[in-house]
Amino acid sequence: MSAPDKKPGKRWAIWLPLVLFGGFFVLVMNGLMRPADRDIESAMVGKTLPEFTLVAGSPERPGIATEDFRKGDVRLLNIFASWCVPCAAEAPQLDQIARAGVPIDGVAIRDREQDIARFLARYGNPFATIGKDDISEVQLGIGSSGVPETFVIDGTGTIRYQHIGPIMERDVQTILAEVKKAEAPL
Amino acid sequence: MSRVLTFLALVAAMLAVPVAAQDQLPPAPYAYRQLEDPAQEQKAQDLMETLRCLKCQSQSIADSDASMAGDMRNQVRLRIKAGEDPEAIRAWLVERYGEYVSYKPELTTLTWPLFAAPLVLLLLALLLLRKRFTRRLPEGDE
Repeated sequence: MSAPDKKPGKRWAIWLPLVLFGGFFVLVMNGLMRPADRDIESAMVGKTLPEFTLVAGSPERPGIATEDFRKGDVRLLNIFASWCVPCAAEAPQLDQIARAGVPIDGVAIRDREQDIARFLARYGNPFATIGKDDISEVQLGIGSSGVPETFVIDGTGTIRYQHIGPIMERDVQTILAEVKKAEAPL
Repeated sequence: MSRVLTFLALVAAMLAVPVAAQDQLPPAPYAYRQLEDPAQEQKAQDLMETLRCLKCQSQSIADSDASMAGDMRNQVRLRIKAGEDPEAIRAWLVERYGEYVSYKPELTTLTWPLFAAPLVLLLLALLLLRKRFTRRLPEGDE
């Protein structure tokens, strides 16, 4: 007697598991179809550069320390290595940025002086200074997770922008614009 | 004969390429060396097992042979040796790489659904099954 009026209310509930499963399925498929983003952004953007002092990685250029980033000019900190293949690909673009008047400081990750010399001879030397980071201390300190990466550092030593991966031709304007932006204080 | 030589050259080339993309430096002092004090080493080991290797993202830095993981182990061991608290070292890395670097589950505004979902599903199941447990109480109206 009471069963017939209860039935309509129950009927939709029967579909609930299927609807839940459908929703879950769409969510998972959506996640699977989207290309994986493996870049890890540094959480240090907007914060001050950590303290470090690196010895020179090349006899042609001085080493680099945190104080050098507090002298009022906007600089690029380029994390690179002679053993890193994409680092060679960004060399012409770094050269172009250096010629536009932006000083670039190179941090060579786990590199030997003779290998750095060979790399610079082959791909050019756009760097104002080159520091040797044998235990990735600057890389870890700045929140970088690979080579190459490039950071825009403003005149007070604050990290303003991070570029992950090699700087390709399409990125040069973005980098120069970020340098311009960093000239104004935060 | 020349075919064998070509094959050997190919093998040599294949072996040479990965080496070229690897650094030549010896590992950092504490990348593969344990701390002298076993209690400190245990602390470092426990921490390293819950930190993500950023080069090989589904491994912990304790499991990975990537040189960057070695440098991270060196950092962890040096800081433990200097008397730093393991959670402070974790916080130092999280400050740089975000929560992503830590494998330790944290209850935050972002992760609470993960903890709440099982409870909600359990309640939902109880709600749906409630009738089945109570229906038998009358003499059976079916």
